[in-house]
Amino acid sequence: MSATNTDPRPKASASRRHRLAERGIDTQLLMLIPALLFGLLLFVYPFTYGIGLTFQPLPRTQEQWGGGVFANYVAFFKDPFLFDSVWITMRLALPVALFNVLVSVPIAFKLRHRFRGKRLLSTLLVLPITLGTVLTAQGLLIFGGRQGWVNRFLMEAGIIDQPFPIVNNYLGVMLSLIISGFPFAFLLISSYLSGIDPAIEAAAKTLGANWKQRFRRIILPLLAPGLATTFILTFVLAFSVFPSARLVGDALGETRVMALMAYRAFGEQQDYAMASTIAIMMGVVELVVIAVVLLWRSFLYKGTTGGKG
Amino acid sequence: MSLSANAFGSLELKNVGRSFGGHDALVDLNLTIRAGEFIALLGPSGCGKSTALNCLAGLLPLTHGQILIDDRRVDVLPSEKRDFGMVFQNYALFPHLSVEKNVAFGLQMRNKPRAEISRRVKEAIALVKLEEHAKKLPGQLSGGQQQRVAIARAIVIEPRLVLMDEPLSNLDAKLRLEMRTEIRRLHQSLGLTTIYVTHDQEEALSLADRLVVLREGHVQQIGTPAELHDNPANWHVADFMGYRNLLDLKVASVSGSSAKVEGDGLSLDATLVQPAAAGDEVRVAIRPHDLTVAREGQGTEGRNAFAATVSVVEYQGREFAVGVTTSTGKNLFVHSEFAPTPGETVMLVLDPARTLVYRTSLTAVSAEEQELLQVRG
Amino acid sequence: MAITPMVESAPEPGPARKGGRKPYAKPSRPPGERALIASPGTWFVWAGIAAFFIFLFGIISSVVVDSFGKPWFDTWLPETFTLDWYTGAWERFNLSQIVLVTLGASFTVVVLSILIGVPAAYVLARRDFPFKKLVTVLFLLPVLMPPITYGIPLATVMYNFGLGRTVLAVILVNLVPSVPFVILTMTPFIEQINPAIENAARMSGANMRRVFTRILAPLLVPGILAAAILVLVRTVGMFELTYLVSGPTSDTLVVAIYRAMTSSGGGEARQLVSSMGVLYTAMMLTILVVALRFVNPTQLVARVKESRDD
Repeated sequence: MSATNTDPRPKASASRRHRLAERGIDTQLLMLIPALLFGLLLFVYPFTYGIGLTFQPLPRTQEQWGGGVFANYVAFFKDPFLFDSVWITMRLALPVALFNVLVSVPIAFKLRHRFRGKRLLSTLLVLPITLGTVLTAQGLLIFGGRQGWVNRFLMEAGIIDQPFPIVNNYLGVMLSLIISGFPFAFLLISSYLSGIDPAIEAAAKTLGANWKQRFRRIILPLLAPGLATTFILTFVLAFSVFPSARLVGDALGETRVMALMAYRAFGEQQDYAMASTIAIMMGVVELVVIAVVLLWRSFLYKGTTGGKG
Repeated sequence: MSLSANAFGSLELKNVGRSFGGHDALVDLNLTIRAGEFIALLGPSGCGKSTALNCLAGLLPLTHGQILIDDRRVDVLPSEKRDFGMVFQNYALFPHLSVEKNVAFGLQMRNKPRAEISRRVKEAIALVKLEEHAKKLPGQLSGGQQQRVAIARAIVIEPRLVLMDEPLSNLDAKLRLEMRTEIRRLHQSLGLTTIYVTHDQEEALSLADRLVVLREGHVQQIGTPAELHDNPANWHVADFMGYRNLLDLKVASVSGSSAKVEGDGLSLDATLVQPAAAGDEVRVAIRPHDLTVAREGQGTEGRNAFAATVSVVEYQGREFAVGVTTSTGKNLFVHSEFAPTPGETVMLVLDPARTLVYRTSLTAVSAEEQELLQVRG
Repeated sequence: MAITPMVESAPEPGPARKGGRKPYAKPSRPPGERALIASPGTWFVWAGIAAFFIFLFGIISSVVVDSFGKPWFDTWLPETFTLDWYTGAWERFNLSQIVLVTLGASFTVVVLSILIGVPAAYVLARRDFPFKKLVTVLFLLPVLMPPITYGIPLATVMYNFGLGRTVLAVILVNLVPSVPFVILTMTPFIEQINPAIENAARMSGANMRRVFTRILAPLLVPGILAAAILVLVRTVGMFELTYLVSGPTSDTLVVAIYRAMTSSGGGEARQLVSSMGVLYTAMMLTILVVALRFVNPTQLVARVKESRDD
């Protein structure tokens, strides 16, 4: 037996270097420096600068809305033209994100097995990424316009006699957001689904669960984190896109989203303080939605599986 | 054989320890290894054996102690300068390099001439019998073959020391036996000093010249396979060495190194391995092989004998592993040369020399306690 | 390969398969797998996909036909086809410069974000260090926030430093989402490389530099390629941030198209915009076709291992 206690134990001589290494500090951390510098210079600094800017309102804002250094915020909450854009944005982004996720689930579920043409299908689904929002808008304007193929088809088939307004309104923006967001949601959910071990479902099957029970009690809880993530990502996409709101929407009316207002303040009015205020409020609104989704996710996950641990 | 060990006189671990965040992963490991020795570090998972190996390899920093080779410190060297070969649990082959290039890697790192590299790689691959797989990628090989590549890669650099981290744990039973023989063969023919980590006592006993048993970072016992097998230092080592019957009994009387222990409806003559006094609660360890079912009419004089009811019978080649229940309901594992019938009451015999008595506590016997024992005795 | 019969029989559904739900329910199929979603579900799935693709292809072909058509008003198809819109747009908008700026800026962003992001991803994947959570949040925020939220303050700073309307500003603003993106995609990729492989290399005598060049770099190539392609696609397609800082000499193609569509006076001729749009799509498609030789489509949005039945 050599395990006798001989405290104080002799310390290793490379002790300080080792002690630092134990805390995770050594030369390898240097590799983090470029990224940190980048983060500080291009993100943290402008962002704090922008926040500071929101408290330096232009004299004309102060005159109109009062509130001293908070004039920008007062204006944001009191000016219905500005504040309504929050609801307009939500009215677009929430249904789109919800739609993309809810429709993707059954389709991804149905198509999760390997089959001939699966790669082709996923490749085709990547196509909208190549279109980008601007081109989708241009396409929608032509395809869904008064003389576009959709209305032409519907009229010649005798379903309608007046062209149906597809673009330059809420529906147009919605469609454009779905076309760019759905493939993304679908591919993401597909990959989450493929990460669920089929043996788990097989086990449920042998225990006598029918497909409804399997879906509700096994797949859904396992998929919940993925659904939440997908929802958040498609929501972020839909929330901040503004070219389509401008191009296929009704930029002064029902699709006057927050992003448009921010650009208007930045580009047209050159009121950088107001623009920063709207931009930051956008971030706040979005983070609130994300927080709610994350809360829901933790609630659902615990509620149906009795906790992860 | 041109592959050989980079010989050294002795490798010494002095109070080697590692504590991390207030937790002692390894405490005061003292060990002197002679060149060519095969040492096994043995213990259940989380006992500190892998920590010890990684400290030796330099992959984890030591927090205490020193590692010396021929009185020169190696614990201050980075892993790549220690000249140790290592075989990892999941092989850790470079997936993008062919078998040949995997084996050649260490030699390339040492900037050996091209001709020498190709000669030594060829030899190492021949040694592990993978000649026809030399051009394949690791992904195309079976687990056993991958393990051979890992071994070839570790020994081709003629390391001063080979470290093996549970190298067989991912193989199936048959392959494991094969590779065990293979490792033994390589060790005997090359004479490479080896430190081998495992949780499998059988593997350790069959491979190693000496074993180090660890528990919660503390060394429990260091000894040859025979020493550990026959005389475990405490009940934990005994348990680990296959003493499947552990009974908590009370010492009735002590005379020298033998004692009488009682409890659970049993009264046994036993041998004290750790000091105990009359009235002490102790743990008695008995190997199933030493507790046998007596044939009818077999004499029991000089041995412990008691009756029990057969509950389970397992056929194990030439003999039978039998589960029995004593009169007080205690389950014991015993051996039998014939097949008893479940439900039958049989007589068990047991040599007092193989009835080992241990203290219930696992902490090393301190001087203070020793004194106390003497006062009471 | 597990081929579900349903899918095998119906790769391209059209409006013609109205009564197509009966054939899905052939009794000869084994009961388990099949009954997972009943036939109406199947029908719904294919109808949804069909509707989506009708719209998608309608949009694409509308633009393509428009860009070649002369004149196209109250008819199904244009009367004649021409390349005039392309040559017209090329000269009118100085497209050679715009394409050059687009590709130049995008490739610079790719290279820089890989160089900055991969080492950071390595540290985040492999190491534990003080304030790791804080650093992770720093890299996560730009991905989660709407680009406009940090874009507007960032653009203001750029203008303050006199960088407004320069290509440099375009590159810098595009780095903000790209570097975190590289970090986020590469971290799981590095995590799945067994650290024992690095240890094995070190035990074989390789120092840190050689571990990186000889072992890690070759193993990381697929991940880096995927990340690079994604960053390229995102940067070429990035409108919001580029629009904030670019000017006439530093507009990328998307921004140029947007400007053409919204320029005062009712916008440019629709066909000019369409031809630019087709050009843009062709550029993206080329990138993607090249990309798909290296990456699986699902990897374009996430790195999760393919289902095990392959």
